[in-house]
Amino acid sequence: MATTDQLIICEHCDCVYEKVTLAKHQKTLCTRCGGVLQRYNGLTVEQRLALTFTALMLWIFANFYPVMSISLKGLKNSATLWDSVLALTQGPISFIAMVAAIAMIIAPFFQVMLLIWVLGYALKQQRAPGFKTCMRWLEALRPWSMLEVCLLGAMVAVIKLAGLLDVLPGIGLFALAALSLMMIRIAGRDIRELWDIL
Amino acid sequence: MKRPPVAAELNLCLCHSCGLACDMTHEPHECERCGAPLHRRKTNSLMRTWAYMITALVFYIPANLLPVMNTQMVGDGADSTIMSGVLEFWEAGAWDIALIIFIASIAVPGIKFVALTLLVVNVQRESRWARKERSILYRFVEVIGYWSMLDVIVVALVASLVKFQALADIEPRPGILFFGLVVVFTMLAAMSFDPRLIWDAKRKDLQNEEVKDAVESH
Repeated sequence: MATTDQLIICEHCDCVYEKVTLAKHQKTLCTRCGGVLQRYNGLTVEQRLALTFTALMLWIFANFYPVMSISLKGLKNSATLWDSVLALTQGPISFIAMVAAIAMIIAPFFQVMLLIWVLGYALKQQRAPGFKTCMRWLEALRPWSMLEVCLLGAMVAVIKLAGLLDVLPGIGLFALAALSLMMIRIAGRDIRELWDIL
Repeated sequence: MKRPPVAAELNLCLCHSCGLACDMTHEPHECERCGAPLHRRKTNSLMRTWAYMITALVFYIPANLLPVMNTQMVGDGADSTIMSGVLEFWEAGAWDIALIIFIASIAVPGIKFVALTLLVVNVQRESRWARKERSILYRFVEVIGYWSMLDVIVVALVASLVKFQALADIEPRPGILFFGLVVVFTMLAAMSFDPRLIWDAKRKDLQNEEVKDAVESH
């Protein structure tokens, strides 16, 4: 089986190529369908783990501090991400609250925890217990983690309400902005490289 | 230009979870490295895509017709649909926000329906037309997929914030449930479509080529 390790199959059209070593900013494209085969990954395990801990901190800030607060004629109110999920739990529509909770809170949290678990062991050149399951969950969670959308949604909400009353962006919003950028960097496809190095 | 070999010719199969090229000589059912089930092609790809897409299309109607939220300002109550939210911004002069919401909520699901139908129908016709462009179209559909969740999040945040009893109160309405379901089902539809089907050499074509070869050799 040693021979197939060096092969790479285009997921969009099934063409087979040999892996190459990439330099900074380089990527390889499939000659037939133009899909990306490999992308340069500039992160070492240590760096990725450090960024993951940062992401955990940001997740805590994004979830425990209000995303924004409003005031109207002396009355004040603020909301965290969890408050906004709860606002959707009204009778028949609570299913959408579950989807929102997964997309904004739960999926990113599990991604971060799984990354810490897997990368922590990878630091010692080991496969973490349950490595296969963790890696497959990381793949499965990715499409359902929608922090970027959540960030844009929060910004639209700020502007939407700014017309009616006074709006103040909170710590949660800034943490959310940083976290969504961080997740793109650390939880992307290139985490698959762990399969090759461990 | 000569194309590189495809997986089937080398008896390989791509593992969708870890990206390993698996040797299919002994017909393994699971990837030997990560344990994920192996399929040469996604099972029942076209049927599943149709099913999810039709479901999404059915939900798309109430999603646009039913109100997504209700605003009570000092006694005056008003339901708003997605489109009326866009128009409100447009009339207030905030064309940029109106455009963002319009693209995310109305254009993106619409584009996804058209694009996926185009992809599935052309695979069923076994068409060889613009295959590279169709691959690009599929990747585009995958990328834009979840941005439609935008409105769900906006409604959730706004409804959780504006809670001043008699003075001002915003509540979500059932439209947002259908809207969220449209997003989930179009995402599932895009995930169940197998882009490799675009490139699969069809039996018809193979036979034609064999016939052509036979004619030429005589």
